[in-house]
Amino acid sequence: MAEMDTSSGGGHKKGPGVKKGKKLSTRIDLTPMVDLGFLLITFFMFTTTLAKPKTMEINMPYKDKNLQDEDKNKIKNSVALTVLLSKNHRVYYYEGIGDDPNKAPDLKATTFAQKNGIRDEIIAKKKMVDDMKRSGALTGKDEMTVLIKPDTTSTYNDLVNMLDEMNINDIKVYAIIDITDVERGFISATEQANGIK
Amino acid sequence: MTAMCDVAFLLLTFFMLATKFKPQEPVVVKTPSSISSIILPDKNVMLLTLDAKGRIFFSIDNNAKMRDALFEYINSDKGLNLTETEKKSFDLVPSIGVPFSQLKAYLDATPDQQKDMGEKAPGIPADTAAEAPNNELAVWIRNARNSNPQLRICIKADGDASYPDIQKIIKTLEGWKIFKFNLITNLKAIPTGTAAYKDANAGVTSK
Repeated sequence: MAEMDTSSGGGHKKGPGVKKGKKLSTRIDLTPMVDLGFLLITFFMFTTTLAKPKTMEINMPYKDKNLQDEDKNKIKNSVALTVLLSKNHRVYYYEGIGDDPNKAPDLKATTFAQKNGIRDEIIAKKKMVDDMKRSGALTGKDEMTVLIKPDTTSTYNDLVNMLDEMNINDIKVYAIIDITDVERGFISATEQANGIK
Repeated sequence: MTAMCDVAFLLLTFFMLATKFKPQEPVVVKTPSSISSIILPDKNVMLLTLDAKGRIFFSIDNNAKMRDALFEYINSDKGLNLTETEKKSFDLVPSIGVPFSQLKAYLDATPDQQKDMGEKAPGIPADTAAEAPNNELAVWIRNARNSNPQLRICIKADGDASYPDIQKIIKTLEGWKIFKFNLITNLKAIPTGTAAYKDANAGVTSK
């Protein structure tokens, strides 16, 4: 089976007077070679890394200690959506940037679920901003902005999921910002109101 | 039979030529998924690994010149009095997850011992303030950037790592005015009907 047959096949027959030379077998057993071949294939198949790691590129906003307040861009309340990441992969969000100290923002809870999750809210908000642009309430320069504020109880998974939502929904302006104690208070207040511990 | 052998050896040749050995990983890290499909470059990469317990490991690609430069910077910066033998060891070390106080011992160990030490390593100390004296990660980043200004910074973090841990790395990078970096993620499918989905499919049909 695994041999090479090198004996001369058929062809011219030698005459009756011609003596046949002694034929040596030239068959080589190839089985060990093939075995080794397959062994090496298996080895390389297991050790190889065909799929290179994929990366996600993020740009953080420029920060400088010497930056003056008046140099900073102020975003309008109407284009902003603030998303708070909390424990057990829960997500809280509210419209605006929540800078009014007298009025607590209306915190709503959601998840990263495919349906009725944070994505639907982002899409709805984006549509709202687009509508406002069309009606002239906002100028062309205004872009929908998402402020991501992860709480200390959130995980890296939550952060990447949220950044991924930005890519999925084509949100061009977003920022990761430190959560404030006030917002932490909002979360715990909402959790208490909903009976979540 | 002959045909099968031919195919087998063809495959063997292919794998032998196409193979690139998996780099030794300091810890097992389960990265989160994203739709991003940018491929990590081979060269000029600095990798910061963060495991679920919050330990930070530093690794850099195998460029002997750059590694030597980094070694010299670290040695003089921190006054560690490292020797030539330790320099050779540093050229080969896959990753570092020990504070400077233990670096000498770590480099003196054999590769097998290093692997063992790596598993128990406390990780590189970091802080949210880049200038903090205990922020050794900042020292690594600064010196690595000095030894190779084109260095791209990649963060490979476990999905279960808590936010304050990842925040330490991000804040340290920001402290050195690095606002652009890569997060290593697994690839997942783009959800249908979203803006990114439309974008991706528009590209396909228009071609």
